[in-house]
Amino acid sequence: MFDKTLAELAGGLAAGDFSSLELTESCLSRIKSQDAAYNSFITVTEELALGQARAADSLRAAGKAGMFTGLPLAHKDIFCTQGVRTSCASRMLDNFIAPYDATLVRKFNEAGAVTLGKTNMDEFAMGSSNESSFYGPSRNPWDTDRVPGGSSGGSAAAIAARLVPAATGTDTGGSIRQPAALCGITGLKPTYGRVSRYGMIAFASSLDQAGPMARTAEDAALMLKVMAGFDPMDSTCVEQDVPDYSASLNDSLEGLRIGLPKEYFADNLNPAIAEQVQNAVREFEKLGATVKEISLPNTALAVPAYYIIAPAEASTNLSRFDGVRYGYRCDNPVDLEDLYKRSRGEGFGDEVKRRIMVGTYALSAGYYDAYYRKAQQARRLIQQDFIQALSEVDVIMGPTTPQPAFRIGEKTSDPVQMYMEDIYTLALNLAGLPGMSVPCGQVQGLPVGLQIIGNYFAEAKLLNVAHRFQQATDWHTQAPASIKG
Amino acid sequence: MALERSDVEKIAHLARLQIREDEVPGYTQTLSDILALVDQLQATDTTDVEPMAHPLDAVQRLRADVVSETNQREQLQSVAPAVENGLFLVPRVIE
Repeated sequence: MFDKTLAELAGGLAAGDFSSLELTESCLSRIKSQDAAYNSFITVTEELALGQARAADSLRAAGKAGMFTGLPLAHKDIFCTQGVRTSCASRMLDNFIAPYDATLVRKFNEAGAVTLGKTNMDEFAMGSSNESSFYGPSRNPWDTDRVPGGSSGGSAAAIAARLVPAATGTDTGGSIRQPAALCGITGLKPTYGRVSRYGMIAFASSLDQAGPMARTAEDAALMLKVMAGFDPMDSTCVEQDVPDYSASLNDSLEGLRIGLPKEYFADNLNPAIAEQVQNAVREFEKLGATVKEISLPNTALAVPAYYIIAPAEASTNLSRFDGVRYGYRCDNPVDLEDLYKRSRGEGFGDEVKRRIMVGTYALSAGYYDAYYRKAQQARRLIQQDFIQALSEVDVIMGPTTPQPAFRIGEKTSDPVQMYMEDIYTLALNLAGLPGMSVPCGQVQGLPVGLQIIGNYFAEAKLLNVAHRFQQATDWHTQAPASIKG
Repeated sequence: MALERSDVEKIAHLARLQIREDEVPGYTQTLSDILALVDQLQATDTTDVEPMAHPLDAVQRLRADVVSETNQREQLQSVAPAVENGLFLVPRVIE
């Protein structure tokens, strides 16, 4: 049962091969017996899950089951879940029991999904390795000495280890796509505004977006249908109909125009990864696609622009953590300033403090034009590159990451080196475009991700392209050798 | 640009972050490295480029000015560090 996709499990539930309770108990028992090796969960919500599974089975018995009824999944611990600890992997929120559900959580609950627990992540989603978690790093099931990527590393590791069939993630600069690539799973970052951010703890509000993580594009389509849509509680959520993403999965790719940005195949890229990506592109040619080289000339601006905009917005968003209304409070504050400074100094980890300080500096008097305004102008140039390219091609393809999964501890002493991990993913968040990562090969036994980028609200096209690739190849079915039945 | 120790202390104060004495040199180094990275932007000509605040250039949506929330004070204060009579407690501000 543990090796089935959401679509297969939905079929099994509908056919009465097993109940949601049996499925949920099986997932919980795998998490309990195996997650010590991966540390992919911060909280396992056993009681909640069993209750939801029983309710799902009753609904099914009454003939009222929907597509998602009784399917288990996990939520990244950045999404508020009423009555359940929501820590954002920070000491600051280690004691925080969310008083309400994020819209995305509510939608999955209403669809009848079963919440198995809350997954590990980089603290406040700031990181590319899951090493900044207050609860310790999650580990990559393909090699537990290596990182699963981040920030949605726990979600990716849990799926790769077959502890859960699917999980939610968030992506501010690559936090769904990069861990998906490093763990050999499928992840989608939707268009900015496609999925509500209400109840998703804010990092950089003009970049943050939630999305599905699963083993297949088919499953990601099922999840996105539940997640997407207008929400009056998020003022940046877009009022636009949600298509049936599953309906177009099998559309022909005959005549699909693929662009390969030459800047994504330059010096920084591991040649073995380049080869795997080129092999994947040849598969698309066999499926009828045409390929041409394109240019995104402002690619080099993405990392510097991102590391102004994201920390600036983070420093503003994280000012709400003041030790007064919720979260960590220091012992015996002598006055209000001491309360603020020590609660924040003790409650936040190293990387979070570093980004708050970068953002504070960039926004401080006299520096705004030189940093934040300049970065927003660079952001416009980056967006124009994509708009130009997407007028000539239907999708853009390239590597998701420059290297396969690196060793735990390898990059922790040098933040700038860690930031370069996201050189191919950051630009999409700045432009607000949707993108996917799908497994497309292996390098020295470690998974490689193919990034597929589309136009605004072209999620159905991305899922179609990814699904056809997964019908023609079997990289997405490969499992780490270490996983046990 | 390279930061001095005093710059880091000032930034930490502005951000209301207590930084331990022994952590200051490390932050001074890594923050300087990050600023050197982002300073690469300065070489780019952005004359006449409109700054981009929102990926879809959307304008702020407004809702009708009516009461839409119910009072959940008790529930919301149940996670507060210190509460008395419905008020959040902090150290004495006015002597």
